[in-house]
Amino acid sequence: MSDRVTTNEQFATPELAAVRIEEDSGDLSRSDVLLKGALAAGAVYGALAVGPFVRKALAMTGSSDVDILNFALTLEYLESKFYEEAKSRAKASGELKSLVNLLASDEKQHVEALTATIKQLGGKPVAEPKFDFPYSGTGGFLKLAQTFEDTGVSAYNGAAPMIKSKEVLAAAGGIVQVEARHAAAIRLQNSEEPAPAAFDTPLDEKQVLKAVEPFLA
Amino acid sequence: MADIKQLAGPQSRRKFLAVGGGSTVLAAFLAACGSDSDSSSTGTTAMSSGGDKSETAEFGKGDIGILNYALTLEYLETAFYADVVKSGLFKGADLETIRKFGQEEAEHVQALTQAVKSLGGKPAPEPKAEFPLKNAKSVLELAGTVENLGAAAYLGQAANIESPEVLASALAIHSVEGRHAAALNTLLGETITPDGAFAKPADVKTVLKSVEPFIVG
Repeated sequence: MSDRVTTNEQFATPELAAVRIEEDSGDLSRSDVLLKGALAAGAVYGALAVGPFVRKALAMTGSSDVDILNFALTLEYLESKFYEEAKSRAKASGELKSLVNLLASDEKQHVEALTATIKQLGGKPVAEPKFDFPYSGTGGFLKLAQTFEDTGVSAYNGAAPMIKSKEVLAAAGGIVQVEARHAAAIRLQNSEEPAPAAFDTPLDEKQVLKAVEPFLA
Repeated sequence: MADIKQLAGPQSRRKFLAVGGGSTVLAAFLAACGSDSDSSSTGTTAMSSGGDKSETAEFGKGDIGILNYALTLEYLETAFYADVVKSGLFKGADLETIRKFGQEEAEHVQALTQAVKSLGGKPAPEPKAEFPLKNAKSVLELAGTVENLGAAAYLGQAANIESPEVLASALAIHSVEGRHAAALNTLLGETITPDGAFAKPADVKTVLKSVEPFIVG
């Protein structure tokens, strides 16, 4: 994996580096900051590096279940907005159009479920930040969609072991499996392997952890 | 072979509810999912909470039992794909996909065997299995059923795992099973998310009953 970052292509997933996350008031929430860090780590080291990054960041900050759910909510805001926008922007037709509609609906339901759960736990759901997605056309959409879904799977897999409540963990598991299903379907649309590796973790997690440390400073 | 929707239906939903013991958190999640309300009376006992005997006790104690349960399922999946590859029913890209999935299941077997050993346990033996391999369509359908069931089986155990490290490994496999399931559903022209936006778990009893017809001797 070190080849990827030492060649002249500086980023493993350059499209993630171009995603913008902003808060209206200019005051970023902790979840927004964490998501920015996760995307940055993913941009440099690939989508699978996001999990170890998230896990370490959550461990370092001693996050509660509400904090973790708020981070998941921010991620789901991003995906939900991305697909909602894609309905008109991705110029999808036929099978892909149906898929975009399905994914938009699933992500919206994830947002709603996470919001409700945070409230039930006595927490305050974070506000939706503003997103800017840099892509054009169907091909650009598919590329970014694949990265987002792989990132989402990795992020949930990284965060889940930090969850304290068994019910919240089980529910998060039900969401990450759906994200993995999305990832496989989008990958097939890109004519890529739906399950490129036997494990949704980086080959060398320790190496990744060391590599993402600067993002956690 | 039972329908996967049945497998993850009211029974596991009830159990899911039982886990929280009247948890409002879970109720919120379910309400937000717009879940079908059911009043089925086929509920089973709650998952291990407190001193109760765990669902996977027959496979060993605690995490070892869960890992050995997963190992048994992975052995079956590996044997299934190996038989399918040998059957000559598939060629070209489909054969490659099946071969790749089979390799990934074999890697899961290795990883789980190692994990059981590292916890000081004895890895479960490989079951002898036979699968009906009549034609390509029925084999793909069986593959889809097996993968959807496998994903649901992991999801059913996630909250029972004690060690965060074991949980992280199980999650990294769980999402790959989800990817396999979605890819097969796509090949079959079926929805990638048969449970909707939130994947449902399957309990041990249901899973074992479903794979029983394939175990010989």
